[in-house]
Amino acid sequence: MANTHNSKISLDTLYTFYRQMLLIRRFEEKAGQLYGMGLIAGFCHLYIGQEAVVVGMQAASKPEVDTVITSYRDHGHMLACGMEANGVMAELTGRIDGYSKGKGGSMHMFSREKNFFGGHGIVGAQISIGAGMGLAHQYKGDGGVCMAYMGDGASNQGQVYEAFNIAALWKLPVVFIIENNMYGMGTSVARACAGPGLSHRGDGYGIPGFEVDGMDVLAVKEAGEKALEHARSGKGPVLLEIKTYRYRGHSMSDPAKYRDKEEVDQMRDNADPIERVRRHILAQKGTEAKLKEIEADIKSIVNTSAEFAQTSPLPDPSELYTDVLI
Amino acid sequence: MSIQILMPALSPTMTQGKLTKWHVAVGDAVKSGQVMAEIETDKATMEVEAVDEGIIAKLLVTAGTPDVPVNTPIALLAEEGEDVAIVAAEAPTAVCTPQADASLTPYCIPAAPAAPVTSAPALPSYDGPTSTVTVREALRDAMAEEMRRDKDVFLMGEEVAQYQGAYKVSQGLLDEFGPKRIMDTPITEHGFAGIGVGAAFLGLKPIVEFMTFNFSMQAIDQIINSAAKTLYMSGGQMGCPIVFRGPNGAASRVGAQHSQCFASWYAHCPGLKVVSPYDAASAKGLLKAAIRDPNPVIFLEHELMYGRSFEVPTDPDFVIPIGKARIVREGTDVTITAFSIMVGKALEAAEILASEGIQAEVIDLMTIRPLDTQTIVESVMKTNRIVSVEEGWPFAGVGSEISAVVMEQAFDYLDAPVHRVASVDVPLPYAANLEQLALPQVEHIVNAVKAVTYR
Ligand SMILES: Cc1ncc(C[n+]2csc(CCOP(=O)(O)OP(=O)(O)O)c2C)c(N)n1
Ligand SMILES: [Mg+2]
Repeated sequence: MANTHNSKISLDTLYTFYRQMLLIRRFEEKAGQLYGMGLIAGFCHLYIGQEAVVVGMQAASKPEVDTVITSYRDHGHMLACGMEANGVMAELTGRIDGYSKGKGGSMHMFSREKNFFGGHGIVGAQISIGAGMGLAHQYKGDGGVCMAYMGDGASNQGQVYEAFNIAALWKLPVVFIIENNMYGMGTSVARACAGPGLSHRGDGYGIPGFEVDGMDVLAVKEAGEKALEHARSGKGPVLLEIKTYRYRGHSMSDPAKYRDKEEVDQMRDNADPIERVRRHILAQKGTEAKLKEIEADIKSIVNTSAEFAQTSPLPDPSELYTDVLI
Repeated sequence: MSIQILMPALSPTMTQGKLTKWHVAVGDAVKSGQVMAEIETDKATMEVEAVDEGIIAKLLVTAGTPDVPVNTPIALLAEEGEDVAIVAAEAPTAVCTPQADASLTPYCIPAAPAAPVTSAPALPSYDGPTSTVTVREALRDAMAEEMRRDKDVFLMGEEVAQYQGAYKVSQGLLDEFGPKRIMDTPITEHGFAGIGVGAAFLGLKPIVEFMTFNFSMQAIDQIINSAAKTLYMSGGQMGCPIVFRGPNGAASRVGAQHSQCFASWYAHCPGLKVVSPYDAASAKGLLKAAIRDPNPVIFLEHELMYGRSFEVPTDPDFVIPIGKARIVREGTDVTITAFSIMVGKALEAAEILASEGIQAEVIDLMTIRPLDTQTIVESVMKTNRIVSVEEGWPFAGVGSEISAVVMEQAFDYLDAPVHRVASVDVPLPYAANLEQLALPQVEHIVNAVKAVTYR
């Protein structure tokens, strides 16, 4: 796909994208490794391959006022929202310094400070909640927009459409984002979703919908800017179907036999979002040396977080009873 | 015949009202639909319209009278051709004379008859050949055998077909039965639960798999309002032969939204049967019974049991009736009730207790609703003490029900208060140490037994 927008993007911005996406990639790889060592347990859904989606959207947003909510595939969103790698990793290992004091785990982390509202394990539930966050933005008149992320599989849940209707009816400032990574667990979109395409899923409610190349962070940013502007100006919700791909299995326990290796290799080799930015950088006379510097820095952040997540203590047993009610 | 005009009930909850105003007087001709009077209740002021036509012969209640009970005659109407004076002289008779204090209950409600007592079915005895299989395979075999036996049985759910089941319970079924009978659904629990119910209304026998029972909360309206209640609401016409099955309870470190026991949720509801087996033989025998049962059955499995192996009868007609508990270890000093994975913990506890000289009788409930109270009560009559164990939360849990049953039916036999072992009353935490602390462990059962045996 030709990138007409390249010229408008500064080299500094490209370096930033590279850095943010690489942080997610390396963080997720480390998480996978710690899982293999038994330090992380339960469900753990990696975001590898999808980095451009959340990095592009965050770049388009106003993080001081805009809010984010997503599913259980949430580590990338948290890092992109500016949450600390240390706190996220420590939550993955179930330690007291994790964002939820070790009580939430991979699927359930939150940061009010960074406007990140979870981390939800029930497929589709975050979309109604996201519409409610849009309602709060509108009610308070704070100028914020909620970015509510879901998967392609989630886009079939009934409550998603109840939320679409209300959001359109009340012109709520929400950008609904379908991260179409082509599979909901082992079920391909073709086997699960009827209709002319997921970007049309809001048509019946008059919600404008757009298809976006999610392997291109610049395309995501551009589409995100338009969508956020529309929602922010009081015209109501927008739906973005961002086409992306997850390289790993659905969760750590998924052998991913429902797709062939060539398909994965094809995406990895020809569409990788991080490689793409790297090429833009070099085309704009960026330097290998600078990229190396970023890589080294990310490596150190990620290793530090892994170290931190193993040395942080388990929560005190008394934490069992805290936070049930206020 | 004259017509009595009665104080109307203007809402389902109205039992009396104030007749504030008459819009008609004696001698007036009224037509149906004409406003005759005004009534005030604690909620609203409303008009009373005439239903019948005629001439007002007498007003029996004067305007301004408060607290006029519903159904009291308030006026007499002479029909065409009748003499108004004669009608006016007639004594009013109440159409329906309710009980003395009509203002309290407008309807005559007799006391509900006691629910019929059905005694639990007997457990089958089996001494035929067995083979060693996992709980996972036993469940699959039960479905396969019943699908071979009855072409109306089919399986539907997320990832049940091509993926062979998220937890591999439906392994091989797509190959044998094809996509018409093993159906992958989109992630739409509320929708496909409703679709299952509709298919069952037309006589099919769906098995609906929830990837885990946590997601049945998306579908709970269809399960309770449609599957459980429709037979009753249709006066017995619309049976719903459906099985909702899948793993229930805590798995391992999957956090609060994916770790919950639904036994007491579903057992609360009339119109459902709720089954929760422990080992492979009971999983198979009970799932077969559930599929054959003409009612909606909630079948609660346990992920941590799927890989455990047990001896299972090979006879395809080995079916365990729903509604019967079994004694898995006999004892004289205390009764322990448990179901699902907790049966294993109860047996471990019993072993430890035996080494300390306490003989525990362990009951595997197998079915939660209808609960086999007979087996529990008989055991308590023998042991005089009882500890109930469950993985769910304590409040209004299965143990609360058992406690009430024992209180009602074996109070005089109890030598100690009933003791409940349950999950700690918090959402399940992720951290390894906290999760361990939150779930019932063998030592909790041992301690509870010691408490009721005063050791
Ligand atoms: C209500 C509900 N049903 C089922 C599940 C189990 N489950 C977890 S993730 C998933 C697949 C979701 O796919 P998709 O929405 O495409 O998101 P992706 O995992 O691809 O990011 C399923 C079925 C769940 N968590 N919640
Ligand atoms: Mg997906």
